[in-house]
Amino acid sequence: MSLFLIAALPFLGAILPALLIRAGRNASSSAAGAVSLLAFIGLLLNAPAVLRGEVVTAKLTWLPGIGLNANFMLDGLGLLFAGLILGIGLLIILYARFYLSREDPMGQFYTYLLLFQGAMVGIVLSDNILLLLIFWELTSLSSFLLIGYWKHLPEGRQGARMALAVTGSGGLAMIAGMLILGNIVGSYDLSVILQNKALIQSSPYYVPALILILIGCFTKSAQFPFHFWLPHAMAAPTPVSAYLHSATMVKAGLFLMARMWPVLAGTEIWFYIVATTGLVTMLLGAIIANFKDDLKGLLAFSTVSHLGLITMLLGIGTPIAAMAAIFHIINHATFKAALFMSAGIVDHETHTRDIKRLGGLRHLMPITFTIATIASLSMAGIPPFNGFLSKEMMLEETTHTLWANSHYLLPVIAVLAAVFSAGYSFRYIAHVFLGPKRSDYPATPHDPGPGLWLSPAFLVVLVVLIGLFPNAIVGPLVESATAAVVNDAHPPHFHAKLWHGFTPALYMSMAAIAGGLLVLYAHARLERGWLAARRPEAKQIFDSLMGAATRTSRVITDTLHDGALTRYAAIFVLFSLSLAGYAYFSGTTVTPARGTTDASALPILAWVCLVGATLCVVFFHRNRLLSLVVMGIIGLIVSLSFNYLSAPDLALTQISVEVVTIILLLLALNFMPQETPVESTTGRRFRDAVLAIGGGVGVAGLAYAIMTSNSVFPTISEFHLANSYKGGGGTNVVNVILVDFRGFDTFGEIIVLGIAAIIIYAITEAILSSRVRARLLNRKPTFPQAGDAHPLMMVVATRVMMPIALMVAAYIFFRGHNMPGGGFVAGLIAAIAVIMQYMASGFGWATERQRLPYHGIIGSGVLIAAMTGMGAWFNGMPFLTSAFGYIHLEPLEEFEWATAALFDLGVFLAVVGAVMLALESLARYAWQPGIASEHPMDINPERDDALDELQES
Amino acid sequence: MEILVATAVGVLTASGIYLVLRQRTFPVIVGISLLSYAVNVFLFATGRLVINAPPILNKYEDVPYTDPLPQALVLTAIVISFGMTAVIVMIALSSYLTNRDDRIDMIDDAGEDA
Repeated sequence: MSLFLIAALPFLGAILPALLIRAGRNASSSAAGAVSLLAFIGLLLNAPAVLRGEVVTAKLTWLPGIGLNANFMLDGLGLLFAGLILGIGLLIILYARFYLSREDPMGQFYTYLLLFQGAMVGIVLSDNILLLLIFWELTSLSSFLLIGYWKHLPEGRQGARMALAVTGSGGLAMIAGMLILGNIVGSYDLSVILQNKALIQSSPYYVPALILILIGCFTKSAQFPFHFWLPHAMAAPTPVSAYLHSATMVKAGLFLMARMWPVLAGTEIWFYIVATTGLVTMLLGAIIANFKDDLKGLLAFSTVSHLGLITMLLGIGTPIAAMAAIFHIINHATFKAALFMSAGIVDHETHTRDIKRLGGLRHLMPITFTIATIASLSMAGIPPFNGFLSKEMMLEETTHTLWANSHYLLPVIAVLAAVFSAGYSFRYIAHVFLGPKRSDYPATPHDPGPGLWLSPAFLVVLVVLIGLFPNAIVGPLVESATAAVVNDAHPPHFHAKLWHGFTPALYMSMAAIAGGLLVLYAHARLERGWLAARRPEAKQIFDSLMGAATRTSRVITDTLHDGALTRYAAIFVLFSLSLAGYAYFSGTTVTPARGTTDASALPILAWVCLVGATLCVVFFHRNRLLSLVVMGIIGLIVSLSFNYLSAPDLALTQISVEVVTIILLLLALNFMPQETPVESTTGRRFRDAVLAIGGGVGVAGLAYAIMTSNSVFPTISEFHLANSYKGGGGTNVVNVILVDFRGFDTFGEIIVLGIAAIIIYAITEAILSSRVRARLLNRKPTFPQAGDAHPLMMVVATRVMMPIALMVAAYIFFRGHNMPGGGFVAGLIAAIAVIMQYMASGFGWATERQRLPYHGIIGSGVLIAAMTGMGAWFNGMPFLTSAFGYIHLEPLEEFEWATAALFDLGVFLAVVGAVMLALESLARYAWQPGIASEHPMDINPERDDALDELQES
Repeated sequence: MEILVATAVGVLTASGIYLVLRQRTFPVIVGISLLSYAVNVFLFATGRLVINAPPILNKYEDVPYTDPLPQALVLTAIVISFGMTAVIVMIALSSYLTNRDDRIDMIDDAGEDA
């Protein structure tokens, strides 16, 4: 199966559980399971090739300009991790089906889980670090959803936020580090980067890149001092904890360290940062875990400790240590997932996770006891389980490693950590399952159904089998993964066995087990000391840091963003003016190379009207109705100017838009205050005037400069003029540009127009269903109303006008391709024809006769335009390529057919629908009971006569 | 001629900016409309001013044409600015109807629930 498909399957399948939850919880979980299983099988199909030493790749160039390619590769390391992610994912899906209660939205859970799974698979299969970063951030986001799944629990929400803050900010650091790395090498492809060890390590940017990448890894893998988020993430449902914190999320950091190992490891700074951090984390996590009473808290800190162990092994930097790390990753995933699930079972059955309230469960829950015991012993490093093997390999490695020239530091601390590690593992068994049976469990414990214990049982079987036959079961996988980590086709031979003879590691193991028993024995005393000691509480520190950051950002935001929109607008104008001023004074001035056009009396008259009207709008803007009336003059002059300056299409469009805009504003003004009160101070008005005049002078100067000089570059207009008839079949170049050359733009614009109309409709719906409606219904009109709302003359006139106006619209539409006109103008004219009916005969009358919903008209317009565009595909041409031809029927003039006309029809319909929907929505505000008369005309002599006759007879 | 168009655009812009800086919604809407006129004419003017040369191809004789491209841009801009005006009118109207206040600054008492 293609790697693309493996990576995409969880994402594609994520929708299924959410949909299928309507068919029941089994359908939902089966869908999630089927998706994971399919991806898992796809992965296994690739496994033989990978184990033979090949690297499976899938390449897709995505944005080559910035080096972002959707390249995937599968080598041993990727196979190991993807196998863990998908395999354990399957077990978790089964487990979660029986763990989650009826109240939990299960569809959501599986959707989040699959999203997370997809992101994780994406990380481990990426062959491009930019792609990897995208998946990396996706894991942070999807794990946020999973950790906060129980939205009703404050701990869940806080834990999710903390995890997101820590891993997300670590991710940001890593983005920076990866970009530096990519710049050093000159490629973002992992396979290229991994071949350039010398180049990277000799670069002066090696250290910053390393530190930034490590911050990303350490935050994700909960290394000290970023470890604190992991225990708080335990507020998540147990399946999530088992998945995220045993096999996936926290292993992502380890994966990346392993992935980058060939080029980043092997230096002193790598060793001291990574190995030391791992060592400290391992010890600290192990100690704290002993004093956690929450089952999952104990496991969380034990996870921190084991992650530290693996980090330390990767930090040591030798191939053998890397192999031990890989082996321990497998082992830890198996026993820790089983332990988390067993903790979940205990919680599920006894309704508590508090160790102090548990004990003596071995007879009540024998199956769970067996599972938990085997897994715990493996975690403690007891033979013959798999944890023993990798822990012994780790101990062995520490004896060969010098830390600051000391032979003893590393082994001693490692043994110390192993002591505490054995201690909490024993405690998990002893304090939960052993001891006397109690009578005060919150619920009567008993073993759950197989749905819950099958998954962990399967994992402990693996624990035992790997412990007994390590070389047969995981040998090839470990070797192949190690080969990928050390970037060497011939890695050290994997040869794990239970009995090595009397080696230092064996003595260290024995010391650890003995020490662990001692820790368990002395637990009560140690705990008293621990509780008495003053310890820094990570959550408090985190909360106070976050609180300080929030306060600071709030102060900054409140200062800059005080809610005064006028101030923002003023700052915006001032800033634009400053930029323009800077450009003006730093640039060179071009002398006007183009002559000016002489102005006759007509343009001067128009100018006087326009400027006069504009100034009137400003001076009388407090009288809103008056300012609207004067604005009509401006629109009229602008359209006449367009016509005068060789733009007939613009003139037509402007004048029709003018009509609908003014009607719209008048309708709105009906509900608003008629006057604008004087509010601003003189100083403020002066400031605004200065800004306005500054802006006006700047724009005027710029316009003048453009108009009097020639283009710096040759324009592309010549192309349009030359090809309009030949290529587009029309002589009206503006229309051909709209429906043909730039058809895609036009297509976008009618969609925008449709969206605008639908927004208006939605706002209207929202307002009319709120309490505002009552106020509107009881509104008293501002002005005295006309006695005759629908005057006879007007009704008759508009009825007569209707077909004529529609005829004009049709005429304008059809001539559009060759003469001024087209879909936009025709649409506006048709809309005006309909609006006239609304105005004359009333809203109720018109709505009754308007049988097509305007939404539908908008939609059909967009669809017709889209289908016309797609028609070109059948012709083997790109979207929106038009076709045309000429038809000559004898007595008639030759006429043209063009698919562009069909496209223009779409434009026409969208414009009609949008304009009408907007105005109709606004008109609905005016509806009051009793205003809709029964008849179109309030006074109708014919009706009166008929009534009279009726009465007489 | 150029000076006429340039100054007209300047006056429209200045008036538009002044009205946009007012504190009630309605003058701001009128101001935005004026700015739309200014911007449309400005864009149109980048095609330079030519009289009696509409970009309608003449099949029979060779005549000059003005630049059609800015016209096509402005044509859609005019229609879109209608859509934009309609949307802000509705937003302003619904805000006024809900809060019984058409001030646009959200500083004082209206601030919290506005």
